[in-house]
Amino acid sequence: MIPEQVIHEIEPAALRERTAAYRRDGWRLVQICSTTLDVFELSYSFTKDDRFEHLRLRLPLDGAQVASITGEYFGAFAYENEIHDLFGIRFDGLKLDYLGNFFKTSVSKPFATSMCVVTGGKANG
Amino acid sequence: MGERTVIPFGPQHPVLPEPIHIDLVVEDEHVVEAIPSFGFIHRGLEKLVEKKDFHEFTYVAERVCGICSYIHGMGYCQAVETVMNIQVPLRAKWLRSFWCELSRAHSHLLWAGLLADAFGFENLFMQCWRIRETVLDVIEETTGGRVIFGSAKIGGVRRDVDNDTLKRCAAKIASAAVEFEELKKVFRDDYSVKQRLCGVGMLSRDDAWALGAVGPTLRGSGVRTDTRLEGYAAYGELKIEPIVETACDSYARCMVRMHEITQSFDLIQEIAARTPEGPVFEKPSGYPNGEYFARLEQPRGEVIYYVKGNGTKNLSRFRVRTPTFANIPPLLHMLQGCELADVGLIVLTIDPCISCAER
Repeated sequence: MIPEQVIHEIEPAALRERTAAYRRDGWRLVQICSTTLDVFELSYSFTKDDRFEHLRLRLPLDGAQVASITGEYFGAFAYENEIHDLFGIRFDGLKLDYLGNFFKTSVSKPFATSMCVVTGGKANG
Repeated sequence: MGERTVIPFGPQHPVLPEPIHIDLVVEDEHVVEAIPSFGFIHRGLEKLVEKKDFHEFTYVAERVCGICSYIHGMGYCQAVETVMNIQVPLRAKWLRSFWCELSRAHSHLLWAGLLADAFGFENLFMQCWRIRETVLDVIEETTGGRVIFGSAKIGGVRRDVDNDTLKRCAAKIASAAVEFEELKKVFRDDYSVKQRLCGVGMLSRDDAWALGAVGPTLRGSGVRTDTRLEGYAAYGELKIEPIVETACDSYARCMVRMHEITQSFDLIQEIAARTPEGPVFEKPSGYPNGEYFARLEQPRGEVIYYVKGNGTKNLSRFRVRTPTFANIPPLLHMLQGCELADVGLIVLTIDPCISCAER
């Protein structure tokens, strides 16, 4: 049976605290995903047994900045460096910071803008 | 304490099939720190979803990787189908599981050959790839492709396979399975194999979990997990028992994959015998509007496909979190304290696929 997916909407300031609670309860960090809309939408996914949950927070497109969770989950450094290089979001307290050299992209922050413009039920492309 | 030296490893290296660079800080032949660099082959495939019709994007998703291509395409389709509430026909689900298991078997056999090659056992390498050829022949017979299957489609599968062909293919796999059991004995018992793998690249159960390891890397550290247990495709109808080893070393990760090949061969027999009659495609209507995180079990481990639709023909976001990406932090942990001569082998034991990881 595919488990129901629960998305918890949180404020950016609550991220560390909520992540630490997952860590204490023995959840595994599955992934971090960023999506460019009229804001950046960050999704942090965790799993334990057959449960699969997500923390969802939103950041402004300009000067986006959020706390790093590498203190709770060191493995998050890969996701956070990737998001920094592709979306330009800064992570405060990142324990292994590649300073923008994790992915070698030909243009800066290539995923920070979206070409997916909705116009009357059809998108460009 | 000896002098510390930094040795660059990769991106081009004899044991690396794909480009990753690691700066190895060594002290008296022991690695004290490993610092990886990526991005040599970042293609930005996820960004293409904003320009491609969501049906067309299936082709792009399949090309994320050349080894587990089918599951990438299928995972993308499964995520979109969930958003659009499409009921995939039962026969299509069984065919999907059939091709998933063929993918797992050929991927693990390819990996086993590369591992044997890395520790200089050339004959073992040759035998692994010889058996893999049979699996590739079956893939070609049922899909028309050997690398890119081209069979994934939103709403089902692109082509049906008649039951006679399924049974004929199952017989070929049964024959390969007999040969493989002989090969597995070498991996399990051979002195030189055990000398190179046992006690090398240790990753404790707690570290594997905390660092986010997935797949055989996680199961080789004693964690009983397998995303197929969620029952996607036809797995809800099949008995899946996760293969778990508890030694937490390179040998354990190797044996997990060896047993998984046997398990895949058995599942292929069962699927060929039980695939029900019926249609293989349900035509979708409308555009995806909503979001979903699909979780599947690739040969290398758990993979995540995130899709977010906005009610148009273009998705707002497609994201793949590949198993290799998740296994990088555990790999860095394994490398700390190992001998320099074991670095190549340890890197191989996560079965790295960098083109997947960078997309």
